[in-house]
Amino acid sequence: MSADVTKAEPPSGDPGTDRTGAVDPVAQQGPPVGGMPSRQGGLAGFLSGPLGRNAGLVVALVLLIIVGIITAGDRFASPENALTILRLGSVIGVVSVGMTFVICGGGIDLSVGAIVALSSVWATTVATQTLAADFHWIVMVFAALAVGGVCGLVNGVLIAYGRIAPFIATLAMLAAARGLAEIIAKRRTQIIRDRDFINFFGGSVLGIPVLVILFAIVAVVGWVLLNRTTFGRRTLAIGGNPEAARLAGIRVQRQTMYLYILLGVACGIAAVMIMARTTTGTSTHGTLYELDAIAAVVIGGTLLSGGRGTVVGTVLGVLIFTTLTNVFTLNNLDTSTQAVAKGAIIVAAVLLQQRVSRTRST
Amino acid sequence: MTGVVKRFPGVVALGGVDLDVQRGEVHCLLGQNGAGKSTLIKVLAGVHEPNEGTIEWEGEQVTLSHPQAAMDLGVATMYQELDLVEGLSVAENIFLGHEQTRFGFSQRSTARRAAAALLARLGHSEISPAVEVGTLSAASCQIVSMARALSLDAKLIIMDEPSAVLDAGEVSQLFRVIREITDQGVAVIYISHRLEEIREIGDRVTVLKDGRTVTTGLDAKTTPTQELIRHMTGRSIEYVFPPKPEVPAGEPLLRVEGLGRTGEFSGVSFDVRPGEVVGLAGLVGSGRSEVVETIFGARKATTGTVTVDGRVVRPGSVPAAVSAGIGLCPEERKSQALVLGASLASNISLASLARFSRAGLLDRDGENTSAEELLESLDVRPRGIHRESRTLSGGNQQKVVLARWLLRGCRVLLLDEPTRGVDVGARSEIYALIRRLTDDGVAVVVVSSEIPEVLGLSNRVLVLADRTVRHEGRADELDEHAVLDIILKGDAA
Repeated sequence: MSADVTKAEPPSGDPGTDRTGAVDPVAQQGPPVGGMPSRQGGLAGFLSGPLGRNAGLVVALVLLIIVGIITAGDRFASPENALTILRLGSVIGVVSVGMTFVICGGGIDLSVGAIVALSSVWATTVATQTLAADFHWIVMVFAALAVGGVCGLVNGVLIAYGRIAPFIATLAMLAAARGLAEIIAKRRTQIIRDRDFINFFGGSVLGIPVLVILFAIVAVVGWVLLNRTTFGRRTLAIGGNPEAARLAGIRVQRQTMYLYILLGVACGIAAVMIMARTTTGTSTHGTLYELDAIAAVVIGGTLLSGGRGTVVGTVLGVLIFTTLTNVFTLNNLDTSTQAVAKGAIIVAAVLLQQRVSRTRST
Repeated sequence: MTGVVKRFPGVVALGGVDLDVQRGEVHCLLGQNGAGKSTLIKVLAGVHEPNEGTIEWEGEQVTLSHPQAAMDLGVATMYQELDLVEGLSVAENIFLGHEQTRFGFSQRSTARRAAAALLARLGHSEISPAVEVGTLSAASCQIVSMARALSLDAKLIIMDEPSAVLDAGEVSQLFRVIREITDQGVAVIYISHRLEEIREIGDRVTVLKDGRTVTTGLDAKTTPTQELIRHMTGRSIEYVFPPKPEVPAGEPLLRVEGLGRTGEFSGVSFDVRPGEVVGLAGLVGSGRSEVVETIFGARKATTGTVTVDGRVVRPGSVPAAVSAGIGLCPEERKSQALVLGASLASNISLASLARFSRAGLLDRDGENTSAEELLESLDVRPRGIHRESRTLSGGNQQKVVLARWLLRGCRVLLLDEPTRGVDVGARSEIYALIRRLTDDGVAVVVVSSEIPEVLGLSNRVLVLADRTVRHEGRADELDEHAVLDIILKGDAA
């Protein structure tokens, strides 16, 4: 027996109510961490705040714009070019906003590009276009949204109820949807004959392209949905800790399924937009959208592990990538160089994110 | 080893342990949950470094700074949670981490032959060294774990509840092997809750309590059971619980009838009246947590029913249980209860989101006001509703989980280990809070591995052992010795 060392405070496993020895619970929890960003101090602390992280993205975007002005001058800094950037970014932007929800909920979707392709093809088949000609072009829009929604439903059911890993289930959807699109289109590009459809979505309101307006609407609705609704709160809960969400009475499987349906519908919207921009439906639409969307979401500051996400960050992420492409194109640099730069940006963003989350957890 | 102290931030897991183990003996460690057995093992295995005290090995003072250092000395550990790699073969697992030193090259055939020899020595030549560990039964995994310890040519093998997953025949096999290796001079530290086993295989017994050695070197064969139990339970610090008013007779609010789940527990029946606290006592693995999780619908009952206020709750559905008015504060606060990265407000409102929904939009003002009120009334510190829940201490986190169910307004509250990892001050606050709830007519079920806590809080107590109810009775008619007695007898049966 070693009486000299047995006078330490009681261990956690066996409590006592020795009131004199009772320790103030506040004093016991060690140095205060988390909560307000201010207490962390330094760059990492600033960047971990919601404002700080987006501010970092704004700075990156401004730097890109400065580079654009220096290297391409007026060809870059014109209202027309600004609208071009926005128009180019709007399609992938809609997909990325949807992707933000799936990633916030702890999932991933690799099939978005394929769903965009399938939706665009299905909405432009002879049958659909004939129906649209007889009735209204809105039929094509509904077709695209319905196809996207059903694909999302299949993903969601497989993942939530079939318990297939999201990576695998959506990888299967990626292959199957793209294949189905090729079968339906017989690998041909389907031209859209409905001028009204093209005029509506290809046009502008008060000088702003309809595509950009659509993207803005989707972004605003997405922001409200994530930050101001119980739907958004449930999404963050199942992504942050699915077991805790389940034991709080949240229907985790159902919510998971909703997220994939939501993303599927977003892909349907993106399909309508790309149909309007290219006046075609084809099985090659949306190629590699999954990577662009995931990249935009991640550099936007949404945690890939789920539970924390930002629609504003995603929009900024999309704008950064689109501006980057634009600057490279204006300087006649090839797409291979662009890809290298994109890769570097993604790595830098994820490294920063890891630093931030480590600061949080210590 | 003498005077070993291990402190973790905020808690002292070991506060002075003395233990000497001799060549060729089976030294048994006894102690309740939380007595520090597992921490002690980890210190010996080099997983944790002690803050104070010395460890001597064959007369020389040693520092076990990492697991490899302990292994090099000849200490092999069989952990309670089996530490095998499921995707690797039996032979690969046995020689994992020391393939090179034994063979120069990791030659599969040699390793397999050596593995087969070890398994044969353990009397389990039916386990093929080539088979994947993931396909084996729990008992077979235990054998593989054992073979792994033997393969290290260890001089000291630590076995943490090796018999927990074995049936009687397998246990006697295990004992045969233990006798064989101790005859060769290998020392064994044997941990078990089963007194019968300790009597059969043990040479000497050391009892741990509250992280300290209570007594060491008792004769395992002759020390009376009563004395062992007294050593395990005798307490230096007393609990203070709020007074327990008599519960008025009346209709039960929660009624559990014949509840069972294949392989987990069976035949659990009890009821709880409004304002009453019913405690479930039992050791880890007795099925306590499984029972409350099944009542809550987080696990689907295979038999039996749960009734709240006369209405049967649909089994296997948490939302059904929640809407019937049941709330659960789960055992693992961090992994099961809290969204650690989310704010206190959103953790509190998690079970009541529908209340703050205005056509789907979240009423954030209402949410924040409610959260603020609850944090204040439960005296959660530090308070800020926007603070991340991970930044709170265990006791305050537990209050946040309680706040979630208070907000929801549940009528039946299931508390699984409500004070685990909670410091002394916050404990009595949580006890007082439970009393406040029962004053309001809430029916409470408390699960705890700390028997005094169960007895102190509850009006009635159910003792679980071997996955069923062994005893039901008034809390004031039982004491810790009696409960332990029931548990240990049940386990030996």
